[in-house]
Amino acid sequence: MSIDNRPLSPHLQVYRLPFTAITSISHRISGALLAAGSLVLVYWVAAVAAGAERYAAASALLGSVPVRLLMFVWTFILFYHLCNGVRHLFWDAGYGFDLAVAQRTGQAVIAGAVALTLITWLIVLI
Amino acid sequence: MQFRTPLKQARGLGASHHGRAHWWAQRVSAVAMLPLMLWLVIGLAVNSGADYAQAAAWISSPINAVMLILAFGVLFYHGALGLQVALEDYVPHKGVRMGLVFGLRFVAAFLAGFAIFSVLTIALGG
Repeated sequence: MSIDNRPLSPHLQVYRLPFTAITSISHRISGALLAAGSLVLVYWVAAVAAGAERYAAASALLGSVPVRLLMFVWTFILFYHLCNGVRHLFWDAGYGFDLAVAQRTGQAVIAGAVALTLITWLIVLI
Repeated sequence: MQFRTPLKQARGLGASHHGRAHWWAQRVSAVAMLPLMLWLVIGLAVNSGADYAQAAAWISSPINAVMLILAFGVLFYHGALGLQVALEDYVPHKGVRMGLVFGLRFVAAFLAGFAIFSVLTIALGG
């Protein structure tokens, strides 16, 4: 058996990840970040349930500039995970495995996430 | 040589004894998340900067209350399933891994319950 020809798994410290691999690991990272972000949603709904005073304090915090910037990034992460999740569902159904197609759908996911993020914040700011 | 009994084949549960249940649950909850999260993000964007009365009125409307309850339930279900896979991939020690997965499920269930209780408090307590 020739040792030279054996396929090797990528050595992550020295291996430059291809675009499709970056979109893949980003899906998991974005999912974990969204799980953390869900705490903000719980905080928001609990603040409304706690009454007008608590809600006013929460509203001031959530409306502050740093938190808004964080929410903007969070919106993009959400839409990235959502769009890439649809891409994964197509893969699960057996479509889109060609390398060229996977590249293009990966680019479409990022474009779609950017577009949906901008539309959402247009609605917020209007 | 065939090692598997016909019964084992028929059950189709594989070596993990869980079969495809987790995989399917992840996909079904992902599909459910699509309309729920699109609705939620648009709803939050439209209501950003709402005062207490507006926020409470929005949450109290029957369709919004039901959608929010479903959104929180499915969100923490989907999130727990996803984080479980990440823990299973990255935590090598079996005992630690089981403890973390158990803890994850308890925390997710608590957060879902807390958020849903908040929605009900707002919708029914008004």
